[in-house]
Amino acid sequence: MLGLDLTFLNWDLLSKFVLGGLRFSVQLTLIATVGGILFGTLLALMRLSGNKVLMLPATIYVNGMRSVPLVMVILWCFLLVPGWMYSYLPNGENNRAEYSAIITFIAFEAAYFSEIMRAGIQSIPRGQVFAGQALGMTYGQNMRLVVLPQAFRNMLPVLLTQTIILFQDTSLVYAIGAYDLLKGFTTAGKIYGRPEEAYLLAAVVYFVICFALSWTVKRLQARIAIVR
Amino acid sequence: MTWDWQVFLNDDGSGRTYLQWMMDAWGWTLAVAGSSWVVAVTLGALMGTLRTLPNSPWLVRLSGIWVELFRNIPLLVQVFLWYFVVPKMFPAFQQVPGFVLVVFALGFFTSARIAEQVRAGIQALPKGQRYAGMAMGFTTAQTYRYVILPMAFRIILPPLTSESMNLLKNSSVAFAVSIAELTMFAMQAQEETSRGIEVYLAVTVLYAVSAFAVNRVFSFIEKKMQIPGFIVAGGTGGGH
Repeated sequence: MLGLDLTFLNWDLLSKFVLGGLRFSVQLTLIATVGGILFGTLLALMRLSGNKVLMLPATIYVNGMRSVPLVMVILWCFLLVPGWMYSYLPNGENNRAEYSAIITFIAFEAAYFSEIMRAGIQSIPRGQVFAGQALGMTYGQNMRLVVLPQAFRNMLPVLLTQTIILFQDTSLVYAIGAYDLLKGFTTAGKIYGRPEEAYLLAAVVYFVICFALSWTVKRLQARIAIVR
Repeated sequence: MTWDWQVFLNDDGSGRTYLQWMMDAWGWTLAVAGSSWVVAVTLGALMGTLRTLPNSPWLVRLSGIWVELFRNIPLLVQVFLWYFVVPKMFPAFQQVPGFVLVVFALGFFTSARIAEQVRAGIQALPKGQRYAGMAMGFTTAQTYRYVILPMAFRIILPPLTSESMNLLKNSSVAFAVSIAELTMFAMQAQEETSRGIEVYLAVTVLYAVSAFAVNRVFSFIEKKMQIPGFIVAGGTGGGH
């Protein structure tokens, strides 16, 4: 078919080369999502605090990260994280690129998640905050028990969409040679002498995963909309 | 740690300084991003419009497939597909230079996102606008040309701004197929000079400056295109 030969594909190849890569891609996505939302929420709270000392660094961080390509941030992090740090991480010396990628993605995605959380917090009516204050809640209680749960819920579809984009972006760890899903396919392609077919298969796998996820998010969005 | 900015004045081995190389690379980045932008906006506007056509279910389906296909595959993988797979499957593409293939990859990828924005922009218009066109006896094409699209484009200017900035940043993936743009320069110059921090810092600043410039250009266009009394930038005033 069009000069392609997919007969080299078998389960052995998949389990040997691709599954490990897929596992890292998924790990990276999950860790970066959780870490990114945590730090992102913190950044959002700093930006909304009304305190200049907190607002300014958070604003600079978020806008700075958002005006630079992810590939450059990946390269920066790989360059800057000192070598001794890896020796404290399990099997760190052999997985420098992978650990560096995890740090990068948490730091980078925090900026994007913080914008989403900021919009979410601002979407909560002021009355909710006042009600919390009227009940004698402290700032922390008010945020934790009243504002953030609602903000998080309102923004859930956007957060998940960002996670799908994040999953796609994990392929950029190519720049530092970390072993992710794409790398799994390219390695297999090289070994079997079928690089083009391997790229095509990688595209199919990414497409199936991302399409299924975005379809799920769409369904979820419809359900949340009804509940409201 | 000490700075060593003099590194940019060193010869890179081919008779030009690293500074000149970086400026050439900046030019490539802007060329890739600019050409892709033209492709992305043309195709994105077309596909986004097709998705809203009232009586053409097949065109709506076609553009739906287009959007899902190009936005659910990572950009880097799409670049590889254009660069390695397409020329192998269709030998006619073997003569096409790598720059053009990367422009296709970036342009098609971004066109899916712009198509979604165009669709949202058109659907955000009150239905009455379309009916008004019909009542005037316009054909569908005329309704789009004179009534819907001019308004929709003003609505989507803000998201189009950030998508254009994204496109500029995304052009960095061209490094993967050895286009001599900024990220490629950063990686190679870092290796050759071992002054990674200076090199990366300069490249990062150039990216930020370019993105900011795109932002300014668009907000200028937004101001110029504004129709008094209609979509109000900045959120003051009543609108309609």
